[in-house]
Amino acid sequence: MKNFEFLFSAWMVVWAVFFVYEISVARRIAQTREEIERLKQQLQQR
Amino acid sequence: MKARITITALVALLIFCAGYAALFIAPDEATMHAIQRIFYFHVASWNAMFCAFFVAFYASVAYLVTGKRKWDALGVSGVEVGVMCCTIGLITGPLWARPVWGIWWTWDAKLTSTFILWLLFIAYLLLRGLVEDPEKKASLSAVFAIFASLDIPLVYLANRLWRTQHPQPVIAGGQGSGLDPTMSKVLLLCLFAIFCVMILALMDRYRLELLRNEAAELRYEIESRGLDASDGQETRALQKGAQ
Repeated sequence: MKNFEFLFSAWMVVWAVFFVYEISVARRIAQTREEIERLKQQLQQR
Repeated sequence: MKARITITALVALLIFCAGYAALFIAPDEATMHAIQRIFYFHVASWNAMFCAFFVAFYASVAYLVTGKRKWDALGVSGVEVGVMCCTIGLITGPLWARPVWGIWWTWDAKLTSTFILWLLFIAYLLLRGLVEDPEKKASLSAVFAIFASLDIPLVYLANRLWRTQHPQPVIAGGQGSGLDPTMSKVLLLCLFAIFCVMILALMDRYRLELLRNEAAELRYEIESRGLDASDGQETRALQKGAQ
């Protein structure tokens, strides 16, 4: 197949960007949830 | 959580079907052959970008009208997801252009206005990071998002208004435009698949922003209690000093 490397690269880019973005959002959600738990505990202690 | 897993699994299945259709079911284009198959995800990512930026525009206007924080959260979510889709389009475009045009990039009206749009919304995200006051951040962001959105019609119309290296639109592009029926069906499937991925990303990003707002409120409450406590300590110290 001619120009397969370009088609393959474009294909990989589409899913890599989506995947990396979703991972980044999931990581940020987990971090924020941890922070909320920590802040709630801090608030209860006061 | 169970519903979310089911939705994600359905979207993953949809993506698989769309990918299979784009690579194996859609017919080969007469002049570009296999490389034209980038079209199905290149166009779909632009479509998703327009939808995400429209959400950001609508939410920004709604925030300025109502002042409700949920609109600001939706606005930043739309911008971030839109920038992601725009990034995909800006990378897949040159990968398609190189074997077809012989160049990676050209500064024609379509490509330049798109690049400016990407830069504008990157600036929006940077601006949010620079302002600390939540009210000021939300208002400034909303105004900036509306200003940046003025470039969206230009991006859409650029190859209709001016002669560009970028090809004329194949759908609703006037005389001589149009797609093979099988290509149209595959394109519709890909548009729907990427749109669903965009909606999932938007929902996740919106959830993150709501959680961040909750954390900010808790931090503010702790700080205000801390200030109350220190105020009390200061008052006691002053009273002791006076005695």
